[in-house]
Amino acid sequence: MSFIELKDVSKSYGPRNVLSGVNLTLDEGEFVSIVGASASGKTTLLKAAAGLIPYDKGSITMAGEAVTDFSTKASYIFQNYSLLPWLSAFENVNLAVEAAFPDWPKPMQKEQSEKYLQMVGLGAALLKKPSQLSGGMRQRVSIARAFATEPRVMFLDEPFGALDALTRATLQQELTTLCRSVGRPVTALMITNNVDEAILLSDRILALSRGPGATLSPAVSVNLPRPRGADLLMHDDQAIRVRNHLAEFLLAGSDRERPAQRPEAPAASKDVPVEASI
Amino acid sequence: MKQFLNNLALSLVGLFIVGGLWALLSATVSPDLPSPWRTWQESKVYILSPWEKRGEMDQGIGLMTAYSLFRVAKGFFLAILIGTPLGFMLGSSNTFFKMFDPTIQLLRPISPLAWLPLGLVLFRQSEPAALFTIALCSMWPTVINTMTGVRAIPQDYLNVARVLRLSKWRQFTKVWLPATLPYMFTGYRLSLGIAWLVIVAAEMLTGTPGVGGFLWQEYNSLIYSHILLSILTIGIVGFALDRMMGFAETKLRAI
Repeated sequence: MSFIELKDVSKSYGPRNVLSGVNLTLDEGEFVSIVGASASGKTTLLKAAAGLIPYDKGSITMAGEAVTDFSTKASYIFQNYSLLPWLSAFENVNLAVEAAFPDWPKPMQKEQSEKYLQMVGLGAALLKKPSQLSGGMRQRVSIARAFATEPRVMFLDEPFGALDALTRATLQQELTTLCRSVGRPVTALMITNNVDEAILLSDRILALSRGPGATLSPAVSVNLPRPRGADLLMHDDQAIRVRNHLAEFLLAGSDRERPAQRPEAPAASKDVPVEASI
Repeated sequence: MKQFLNNLALSLVGLFIVGGLWALLSATVSPDLPSPWRTWQESKVYILSPWEKRGEMDQGIGLMTAYSLFRVAKGFFLAILIGTPLGFMLGSSNTFFKMFDPTIQLLRPISPLAWLPLGLVLFRQSEPAALFTIALCSMWPTVINTMTGVRAIPQDYLNVARVLRLSKWRQFTKVWLPATLPYMFTGYRLSLGIAWLVIVAAEMLTGTPGVGGFLWQEYNSLIYSHILLSILTIGIVGFALDRMMGFAETKLRAI
């Protein structure tokens, strides 16, 4: 049985139909990405799957139970890091650890927080405030915070969207390593507008058509060996095939939907979603 | 440093000009206005022995100021004790806001001179009436700034609290309070300024010893130079209070 299951999920904001009939299943330990252009309803889909916002129709289950609120087994990584600026890197992580393991003695909580900060290479920056850290380091703290609660599910909302290309590549590698090194299966659902990022990280990729009324494409499996280097994207046949396939879907979606349903959008922006991703 | 000395010199020049105008006015058009020199001559006993107590309303300026400051501190403390939670409630609950905001807007512009008689009726004593007036008048900036601060908490932080499943108490101490603190302090600073404004009115009407009470008594005794002494004292103390709160505020923002 699949670990997370979305059946026929629909969601509207007032008259605007954002998602219509979204079906998605994740097996335990699987890393699944959803690619889509900005404003296609990706974040809505992720938040609904995580139980952060209600949905109108369909059902969402995690480990067989209906998702009604944010699960105690889950972590969420935000695009803009969302660290509390008045707390140090350590305090930010420790706050999550204290909330997740309230029964642990203090030294044990402290040890857990420090361990995960060291895993993301921030052992020397424990006492720094977020404002003293670079964007990449802030996202590292946020990743440490997400993993330190030992979640079984990880929701990632464009986790590297705000970073420069080089930092992005490093952190992608670190995320893969973390997912595999915590010693238990971590199921991950990531949304991104970057097809290459999805190929590097995922077991399966789905494309979200352009809203309103966005639906998911059939899934594409990525059976490349890990770790996957960025050069793979240029030379590997499968990677190229996957990328072209997704690009086609995203392009077709933008051709079909835009002129009919969004007449106000300028024609020039038609190819923006794909160009941004490839 | 050079900039600082320059600014200091300029503000001294400004002070000198205003002092000159004062002297000019008292020498020409308004003979009732004591000149700066006469003010000093008649006030120096109060300034040079500021802690001397010669009678109930005849005390050194230091003692008078201390009485007033103590009274203001009590009223101000009462104001922020009531105003801060009220601001939090208004900011966090829409129902509460809709329920009480119109009433607050109605009470806010009422002058201390209007509250004081009510306080005297309620408490039958001048001291609690003065505290009541100070608290009631100086509370509003704290209420409104705290409310604004709570409403301005970025959605990101609230999402974090939700995703980390923080308990209500932790949400309050780790997210709400630190996010609101700078706004609260702006409110406290404004509140303290108003509390100091109100003290004079309260002391004048109740005749209690303090800078305001002294001012009113000396007016009745026709010693006009002491009115000027009181006015200058009130200005200097108010300025110092504001600077102190401003300093605390910048310290806080640096965190």
